[in-house]
Amino acid sequence: MSTHEESYYYVPGPSAWPLVGSFALLLMASGAVMLMNKVGVGMPTLLAGLAVLLYMMYGWFGKVIAESRAGAYNKRVDGSFRWGMGWFIFSEVMFFAAFFGALFYIRVISVPDLSSIDNALIWPDFKNVWPSAGPGFKGDWDAMKPWGIPALNTLLLLSSGATLTWAHWGLMANKRAQLTVGLFLTVLLGVIFMGFQVYEYSHAYHEMNLKLSTGGYGSTFYLLTGFHGFHVTLGALMLMVILFRSLKGDFTPEHHFAFEAVAWYWHFVDVVWLFLFVVVYWL
Amino acid sequence: MNTATTTVNGHSADHEDHGHHPSGLMRWITTTNHKDIGSMYLWFSFAMFLVGGCMALTIRSELFQPGLQLVRPEFFNQLTTLHGLIMVFGAIMPAFVGFANWMLPLQIGASDMAFGRMNNLSFWLLPPAALLLTTSMFVPGGAAAAGWTLYPPLTIQQGMGMDMAIFALHILGLSSIMGSINIITTIFNLRAPGMTLMKMPLFCWTWLVTAFLIIAVMPVLAGAVTMTLTDRHFGTSFFSAAGGGDPVLFQHIFWFFGHPEVYIVIIPGFGIVSQVISTFSRKPLFGYASMVYAVAAIGILSFTVWAHHMYTTGMPVTAQLYFMYATMFIAVPTGVKIFNWTATMWRGSLSFETPMLFAIGFIFLFTVGGFSGLVLAMAAVDVQMQDTYYVVAHFHYTMVAGALFSAFAGAYYWLPKWTGHMYNEKLGQVHFWLSFIFFNMTFFVQHFLGIAGMPRRIPDYALQFTDFNQISTVGAFGLGLSQLLFLYNVITCIKGGPKAPAKPWEGAEGLEWDVPSPAPYHTWEVQPVVK
Ligand code: HEM
Ligand SMILES: [Cu+2]
Repeated sequence: MSTHEESYYYVPGPSAWPLVGSFALLLMASGAVMLMNKVGVGMPTLLAGLAVLLYMMYGWFGKVIAESRAGAYNKRVDGSFRWGMGWFIFSEVMFFAAFFGALFYIRVISVPDLSSIDNALIWPDFKNVWPSAGPGFKGDWDAMKPWGIPALNTLLLLSSGATLTWAHWGLMANKRAQLTVGLFLTVLLGVIFMGFQVYEYSHAYHEMNLKLSTGGYGSTFYLLTGFHGFHVTLGALMLMVILFRSLKGDFTPEHHFAFEAVAWYWHFVDVVWLFLFVVVYWL
Repeated sequence: MNTATTTVNGHSADHEDHGHHPSGLMRWITTTNHKDIGSMYLWFSFAMFLVGGCMALTIRSELFQPGLQLVRPEFFNQLTTLHGLIMVFGAIMPAFVGFANWMLPLQIGASDMAFGRMNNLSFWLLPPAALLLTTSMFVPGGAAAAGWTLYPPLTIQQGMGMDMAIFALHILGLSSIMGSINIITTIFNLRAPGMTLMKMPLFCWTWLVTAFLIIAVMPVLAGAVTMTLTDRHFGTSFFSAAGGGDPVLFQHIFWFFGHPEVYIVIIPGFGIVSQVISTFSRKPLFGYASMVYAVAAIGILSFTVWAHHMYTTGMPVTAQLYFMYATMFIAVPTGVKIFNWTATMWRGSLSFETPMLFAIGFIFLFTVGGFSGLVLAMAAVDVQMQDTYYVVAHFHYTMVAGALFSAFAGAYYWLPKWTGHMYNEKLGQVHFWLSFIFFNMTFFVQHFLGIAGMPRRIPDYALQFTDFNQISTVGAFGLGLSQLLFLYNVITCIKGGPKAPAKPWEGAEGLEWDVPSPAPYHTWEVQPVVK
């Protein structure tokens, strides 16, 4: 029967969750369009879409967890999850690459070019220095300094990677206390990280005059750190789900890909931060 | 369904999918079956093909004569933009995903795609995106009108239709990324025992490369349009010189996506053509391994040539030279493929059923498109050609006679497997010849228009371009109307027609021909062993 066992692959039955999800995205997109153009009922539509999306995730992922508990996922299905998660993270890497590319281009190509002799007639006083808000920006502003909160945040995220690995060791050795404590610490570090980020943004907006509209620096700073922060938030939420499931007794030393997937994601977010710290804050 | 109740590890091994299926509309809404989803993709893409086609015919009607007759110039620009977006993202890409859904599991001996529910979501994301794109024509300010390449500063200035296009692209991107993750995972993880990578039919290989390209570049497009969105509404200055940004930055990011994208559009077609040519030559594909390497090489190289779209937007000469040589270099693996197809036919016992006709038409016309691409690749020449009808001719030779013809070849090739009936061969051949003739009538003359200097994306033109434009418009209507034959043929083939055997083509090879026609709802639940 061994060929049969290898052959067997769980195919889920009919499900309406995908349609709910696509409806949610339609609502969110229309809501966002209305909101940004100040027509119609933008905010309510956007929020309704978000609510439907959360409902979909709750239902869909709940179903996945139930299937996993029922033993529907064998080695082969597990393999699919691994491939799938890996490629998903790769797509995220490419998303960040677009913004890192923009930062690179602005620093290395467009700012030097705007300060070159070619543009001396239009922008006579513009100097090629970084950080820069561009030749048209009027007013004073400050760039973010690396050696304060950002450095601390680096430390926080790196330690959270360590606590997560420690939790994983706990899971593999079936030391459940180590698992839950490790997960809890990881979530905690992530939350503190986000707290600092929020504080930093508010400080930047109110005291440093560093805003989204602060030229190329403001644009790249906020979109890179913003999308990163968004990913940390998602990662922390996923970790909380994993923590909650661990407390309920899910996961065995052999069978716990949900844990590993979230861990991969968390380490990915960690690595993105290291790049951010070096090229956005430091250099 | 012979193995529906095999018992594994004590519990029942049948798919959860074997339970009671909803019927009617709910069947299609909730399905996780790769064949259902494949069919939905194919129908959706054909519908979009008609929508985009009507836009093209409106464009061509306006261009029948110089001067402004039918549409306002703003609306003309919206039409060219939506036509491009809808054809690329709504018609061609979903068509090939439909083929992949139907055929990959059959070809590698898998019972379904790796992620059934996500597969359903990938499909059902398409209608909202299509809705956003099409309804954007009716909002204040109209649809996006900056061309499918969405260059700033135009995109920064336009109305809410632009935002709708941006979100539509985000949703389409999500859909194709999920679809591609599904495809890669299916190919890597669900192959039948003995089906090694180098035994896979070429269609699987081409989709493997395509899926990789999609996962690598769709997020980059998402990044680009996100920057457009924040520049529009949140005061960022990615594409504004006053803030230290640069509109050319958008072009770099866009084409870093855009050039791999044109290969995303054509590579699955390479796979289909390879299989069709070998079937109707009754010979194995010449140089299978070199075909695989050539596709992989094209995929990798496609990341290194993007700025050949930007020769006139300002670049150092050294960069122009680099992009020129790199672009020409892609002609090498492309040439390998063309020679291999030709060599496959060499001394084969050829027969010319409709799929073969489309495949041969593909080889001829795609080669023309490749050559005009090489002409455009020369920086010094392109300075004259950029944004003229020559470019329009080039990419329609690659995308219509390339991607679309290969899709037709695939559709006729696999229709018997899908429906259990033979299509009407006579009608199919008429469809091919009409398409072939009218296609050339529409687009060949555009080369001349471009060389003579007629700009693209313009509703009016100088008098001396009139003759060629009229020929092109007449051809376009012929081309458009011929497609109704295809629709008719497909519908009658679904409804009836001579019964198709499991293997309707004498020279065909591959696992898909081992299952009956029409392919039952569930196939390969016990994986075949490939020797
Ligand atoms: C030998 C292969 C090819 C070469 C050397 C090549 C080269 C080029 C060059 C240099 C341009 C820029 C022309 C300009 O804007 O001035 C161009 C445009 C274009 N090519 Fe190709 N190409 C090749 C194959 C393809 C294929 C296979 C496709 C699609 C299936 C394709 C689709 C396009 C499109 C859509 C554009 C125009 C984009 C726009 O500006 O809207 N090309 N090609
Ligand atoms: Cu290109």
